[in-house]
Amino acid sequence: MASEVLAPPGLRPPLGAGATIGGFRIVERIHAGGTGYIYAVIAPPGRDPGFPLVMKVPAVGAGEPWIGVVAFEMELMIHPVLAGAHVPRFVAAGDLHTTPYLVMERIAGESLAACCARAPLAPEEVVGIGAEIADALHALHAQETVHHDLKPENVMLREDGTAVLLDFGFAHHARYPDLLGEQLQFEAGSAPYVSPEQLRHRRGDPRSDLFAWGAIAYELATGEPPFGTPQSLSGLRDRLWRTPVPPRARNAGVPPWLQEVILRALEPDAARRYQSAAHIAFDLRHPEQVALSSRSRRTEAPGVLRQMRGWWRARDGVLEAPPAPPRPAPVILVAVDTEHLEDARHPLIQWTARQVMSVAGEHRMMCVSVVPAPDPGAGAQLADTESGRQLEHLARLRHWVEPFGLPASRLSLHVVQASDPAATIVDLARRNHADLIVLGAPPPSVLGWWRSVASSVTASAPCSVYVVRA
Amino acid sequence: MIALLADVHANLEALEACLAHARALGARRFALLGDLVGYGADPGAVVDAAAALARDGAIVIKGNHDEAVERAPAYLNDMAQAAILWTRDALSDTQKAFLAALPLCVRDDTRCYVHGSADRPSRWTYVDGPTAAAHSMAAAAVPYTLCGHVHDQRLYFEAPGGRVSAFRPHAGTAIPLPVHRRWLAIAGSVGQPRDGDTSAAYALLEEARITFHRVRYDHAAAAQKVRRAGLPAILAYRIEHGV
Repeated sequence: MASEVLAPPGLRPPLGAGATIGGFRIVERIHAGGTGYIYAVIAPPGRDPGFPLVMKVPAVGAGEPWIGVVAFEMELMIHPVLAGAHVPRFVAAGDLHTTPYLVMERIAGESLAACCARAPLAPEEVVGIGAEIADALHALHAQETVHHDLKPENVMLREDGTAVLLDFGFAHHARYPDLLGEQLQFEAGSAPYVSPEQLRHRRGDPRSDLFAWGAIAYELATGEPPFGTPQSLSGLRDRLWRTPVPPRARNAGVPPWLQEVILRALEPDAARRYQSAAHIAFDLRHPEQVALSSRSRRTEAPGVLRQMRGWWRARDGVLEAPPAPPRPAPVILVAVDTEHLEDARHPLIQWTARQVMSVAGEHRMMCVSVVPAPDPGAGAQLADTESGRQLEHLARLRHWVEPFGLPASRLSLHVVQASDPAATIVDLARRNHADLIVLGAPPPSVLGWWRSVASSVTASAPCSVYVVRA
Repeated sequence: MIALLADVHANLEALEACLAHARALGARRFALLGDLVGYGADPGAVVDAAAALARDGAIVIKGNHDEAVERAPAYLNDMAQAAILWTRDALSDTQKAFLAALPLCVRDDTRCYVHGSADRPSRWTYVDGPTAAAHSMAAAAVPYTLCGHVHDQRLYFEAPGGRVSAFRPHAGTAIPLPVHRRWLAIAGSVGQPRDGDTSAAYALLEEARITFHRVRYDHAAAAQKVRRAGLPAILAYRIEHGV
């Protein structure tokens, strides 16, 4: 067992203030948890990174579970390679055999656990926090990493609202060996958020994190975790088939569309869940675009018969189908010029969008039309005119996309009145985690390209751009 | 930093590309993990290169194809057999003597270098799964077992409880190898990769860290030499397609 071979000398937490590890001076202990201790620390002179620091020290030695040691080993491997605002910045790590520690950015802000303590929250707050967590998950999944222990204690909300994910001890990174593998058991604190696949010891599927997201959002909206707080493995297993009490039955203030989003994330079968955190973030930011199914209408827990069916299916092994890593579930933004529908480029853009979608997995198509902002001098009738134009262009957009036959859950329509179409498109793409922008090239002319929307979008897009030329 | 080069199989172009790649990344030590010859068209030049590296301190291990040059075993397939007969004629007595004198296994405090399995190396067992890997790691009895023979890059590791798992590495990603658990790395084949990628495969081992690499080289030239040498055409095809 790992605990026998790894017993670093001279490090038996907890350590007191004033102690120094690896040059970092301990100020105070701020947390003692199942797998380790967290201290606020000060960097040695000349190594100050310019932001506050915490040090994580694993609980190792006699009486400590080996899982903590392996989890720390995983964290040492994965945390340093993660980047972005949704992960604490990595600063330093100690040698695993002599002085194991991890120094990282201390996140100022509120723990999601504190938000959960205040739950049920107003739906707007659930939506806002939920979208931030979905953004963070999307950023993590884009780095080939699945968190696998998403729970309120492991999420911090920065002062600007950005969600930061903590604790990568149970994470799975596609480029690194998975030391935990099938050995993993679950801590009591994680039980409410563990996905059905994880109970079946399947790791590396990002949709597991989306289930945990659903459990967190459910708790924020209702004040209770969807499957209670099970203390035993058999208590955990009913999520393999059970459909939770609908959030609206516990809090009538939850809008049907939000219930739809939460229950879809909590589907026992990963294939019926959201396939990408970006899609969750998108739906939360565009409630009017959420396609409502029977999930949104449920007012009570499904009847005995329905639950039995779910139980039978799970038992029957239908859900046992190996979770083939989901195909990429991209967000494709198609810019449509609804001012000039006669343009010869339209059929080509439609053809291109269709080609792209035919090779993608579960995709999401955003159709965007940017129409010029109305002249501010138009006077009192401005509001009417504005909404009239909006509706007219929305109708044109709907007509344009009709031949695709996309279900409402895969499609969203956006008419934006703005003076700078390129900036608007790039901004929409960034905020909605678009993977590809499809738009038309300007008509051929020497100077046309440099002044075109296509060139500006290409120059500043956060993703690939497909410029369609007639 | 030590470059692990296995299954060169007389492919000089691939060997030179890997050596250059490793040196550019700072490698000054080399370990050739067996099967210097067989299949490819440049056995003499590859053996000379290995001998030169050995004079500078490189570890060179004997593989089953190297052994077959001195005494043909019954179990080589026809294609390999044809290549060995050809190779025997192509090598000088000095080169043959170099191959014959190679050790089957070299061990130091933390590492064991071997061509196939460290569990009875002369049997040329393929480490083709967690069970075979567990046997090899147990016999090696050191944290790092480094081998070839199987042509695909793999990293096996001991999980808590002693269970061994396999991991398919991604080229260019440095993986920490803490010394408290046992690891077995298959460096991949320099001269005859078989995973559909024509790039030469090797690995760089640092203190408690390994990076698997793939290096593009002029595989068309290497394949052309195989054809011109009159070796079985399938051997050229394998180099051209990485199969």
